[in-house]
Amino acid sequence: MSLKFHELPEVPTTIKLSTEVKTGSWRTFKPVIDQGKCVKCLICWIYCPEGCIVWDGSKVLVNYDYCKGCGICAHECPVKAVTMVTEGG
Amino acid sequence: MASYLTRALNGDEAVAFAVKQCNVDVVSAYPITPQTIIVERISEYVANGEVHTEYVNVESEHSALSVCIGASAAGARVFTATSSQGLALMWELLYIASGLRLPIVMAVVNRALSAPINIHCDHGDSIGARDAGWIQFYVENPQEAYDTIIQAFKIAEDHSVLLPVMVNLDGFFVSHTLEPVKVLPDEVVSNYVGFRSNVKVYVPYLGKEVHAVLDGITPISLGIIALSDYYYEFKMKVIKAMESAKEVIKKVNDEFKELSGRSYGDGLITQYGVEDADVVLVAMGSAAGTIRYVARELRRKGLKVGALKLRCFRPFPTDELIKTLRGVKAVGIMDRALTSGGYGGPLFMEFRSLFYDLDEGPEMINYIYGIGGRDLRPSDVVNIYHELLDVAKGREVSKVKYIGVRM
Repeated sequence: MSLKFHELPEVPTTIKLSTEVKTGSWRTFKPVIDQGKCVKCLICWIYCPEGCIVWDGSKVLVNYDYCKGCGICAHECPVKAVTMVTEGG
Repeated sequence: MASYLTRALNGDEAVAFAVKQCNVDVVSAYPITPQTIIVERISEYVANGEVHTEYVNVESEHSALSVCIGASAAGARVFTATSSQGLALMWELLYIASGLRLPIVMAVVNRALSAPINIHCDHGDSIGARDAGWIQFYVENPQEAYDTIIQAFKIAEDHSVLLPVMVNLDGFFVSHTLEPVKVLPDEVVSNYVGFRSNVKVYVPYLGKEVHAVLDGITPISLGIIALSDYYYEFKMKVIKAMESAKEVIKKVNDEFKELSGRSYGDGLITQYGVEDADVVLVAMGSAAGTIRYVARELRRKGLKVGALKLRCFRPFPTDELIKTLRGVKAVGIMDRALTSGGYGGPLFMEFRSLFYDLDEGPEMINYIYGIGGRDLRPSDVVNIYHELLDVAKGREVSKVKYIGVRM
């Protein structure tokens, strides 16, 4: 695709929404939460730089569409409920 | 025409007063002499609850302009101010502000760049930012500073422009000189500038247009990577926007005349006695008043001299200047900035290049003056006019002259 001058938006912006770009595909390691160990303190929710920790009303989940696998949640979890697992491994 | 009140304001206070009236959402600035009074007054307005503006304190000018870029990208009307080293520290952000097409308004109180350290006026700071994609105005006095700040928001936010605007005022000569300034009532200015309306972009994913600002409902990215495939086109859009800015500046100048009774030539240049002049001097900023004063004195003695103020340096008023100056015999270009190793000052190069194609263009001489706040006395200007009159009669002189320096 090669847009011409007049077809480009006046402001240099993406032509699709940021939410459409699934940055989770960049991930090498995937955080997996052991729901048995999780004490629902939500410290991972505070620390996640991407806003990928989701509280569904009863348990803590990860939004894998956008989680880049940085591992901060695993590092910060006080009860070691988060394990980083090699993607596709 | 609206009623007005006359207040005693210096240039910095006049800028702050205009900002107070312009419904500005966010101000982030770092104090630096001689701009300090601007941030002091604005923070007083914020502290007193006189404005809805959010004032963000930062630790440097780099952060100040970064905050402004973020706020402007979120759709806010934004103002900042700086001088000299502060502008230098903002450097990389200057290009980001224009590249993202953010209509930020910044007052630059011109001050010489270090070293040696100096707090007084020359245009080296803002002329250095010539190619950063910012519209640049140079004002002559506190009244013009007040008027130009109001106009700057209208110009920057026009959808055919969408560029940041730099309003330059000479350090101390304008910033700290107390003069009577006619100010419009708050509601008149507030109604005239209104609130910022954001441009829309088409998002194929949604099949509709959304505002090109950062928000959580339709999350877009701004300024994402554009390599050899698209970078050129987006920069070309800045070039086109600069071209369309000329008409917008003229239009706003006319609108402002309706509102206040004041106008500045066509908005780009103002002229005195140029129509029948043999020689004309061109200057920007406070010196424009000095050359006009001297021109008036000399015309009383029957000398055909004129004075031209370049109010808008970017976009450079090419057609307007050719139309105005083509019949003149000799033109003196006053440069308040240095280009070491170049042929004359930055304005001189621009003028010479513009007039090169004319068959019978005016003879041009460059007068570099006022560096680091060195005075330009009326007697200096008288001498310059006399030299130009000699040049008009065919005398050969060196093209580039440094005025007022001890050699």
